[in-house]
Amino acid sequence: MGVIDPYAAPPIPPGSDQDAILEAVGDEITNRGFVVAKADKLFNWARSGSLWPMTFGLACCSIEMMHSAASRYDMDRYGMLFRPSPRQSDVMIVAGTLTNKMAPALRRVYDQMPEPRWVLSMGSCANGGGYYHYSYAVVRGCDRIVPVDVYVPGCPPTAEALIYGLLQLQKKIRRTATIARA
Amino acid sequence: MVEMDQIEADQSAIFKPTAEKAMVLHLQHLLGDAISEAAIAGDQIILRTTPSALVNMLTSLRDDVVASFNQLTDLTAVDYPDRPERFEMVYQLLSMKNNMRMRVLMAVDEGQAVPSIVGLFSSANWAEREVWDMFGIFFSGHPDLRRLLTDYGFEGHPLRKDFPLTGNVEVRYDDTMRRVVNEPVSLVQEFRDFDFLSPWEGMQNQIDSGPADKSGKSE
Repeated sequence: MGVIDPYAAPPIPPGSDQDAILEAVGDEITNRGFVVAKADKLFNWARSGSLWPMTFGLACCSIEMMHSAASRYDMDRYGMLFRPSPRQSDVMIVAGTLTNKMAPALRRVYDQMPEPRWVLSMGSCANGGGYYHYSYAVVRGCDRIVPVDVYVPGCPPTAEALIYGLLQLQKKIRRTATIARA
Repeated sequence: MVEMDQIEADQSAIFKPTAEKAMVLHLQHLLGDAISEAAIAGDQIILRTTPSALVNMLTSLRDDVVASFNQLTDLTAVDYPDRPERFEMVYQLLSMKNNMRMRVLMAVDEGQAVPSIVGLFSSANWAEREVWDMFGIFFSGHPDLRRLLTDYGFEGHPLRKDFPLTGNVEVRYDDTMRRVVNEPVSLVQEFRDFDFLSPWEGMQNQIDSGPADKSGKSE
């Protein structure tokens, strides 16, 4: 992209040689057809079509997260496969109560994910502490630790709700107009 | 034959309470002054003892052929701030041989060391660590008395009645320091207790006479 290779062959000057090449390319296009796409749209299509979630089940929400991955709702249909490693995943589903003791570990896992990365906060506890909002041991919302893209409400949210949240995240990614995430 | 079984079952049901009474008599004979108080609640024996007598008493309960309370199912504590000796240690024992459960109670004051029973029951190891974490009761002779549940560097003992519900610190990721930091708690809205609005009709006499009235004052 924009890099000039100093060892490349010099450009072919106008003449019969150049005409022959241009004619051959024209024939290829008329015979086989072609596709036009904007690069950022293409990237967003690819990214939203293969969201690999990081498995970060913390409490009962993770049971619903498993349901959404299992045969009835089958997240695999949307190209979402759970990965056991943060280095292979694009989105982290924070499913459950985030405690003070777990918070540094959550942040470390988030930092290990490659860019571009997204976070989906699942359930009341991850959204804002929920039932444990006034506890001495619970983080009042996982957005105090990591930036969150989509909040899924519920206690716990159903598997459908999680799928809906993931589809909203896909929409959000398709709306993104930049190639690199700011 | 069915009738015989039925009669035997009825008899064991009738004699079951006396089995506990017989056990209490046996234990009082066996342990003497170590038991300062004995009672039976439901079908469970409750004994009261003192920290100095605890280890010998539990050893006897475990090793005595008749009693053989050889399983420690739970070990915990309760905080009673009004009592002269603030904490109460609770040991739950099970005798598989006699199909009998026992609770051993013991009053402990703040700062008073309790002898560890990890040498007797290895299941007491993490339970004593949890009691140390939650109540700050020190166990002398414990092999590894660290906090069990709360955050690294946590201060205070959360299950003491004078510990604030929301604690003293909360965590946040600091972008400039690039790590999770502890900060003093700042709440947008204080915790509110709505016990007096309980919709449970069965609880009405509790609400009228019980301590739930005080939540009206805290508003």
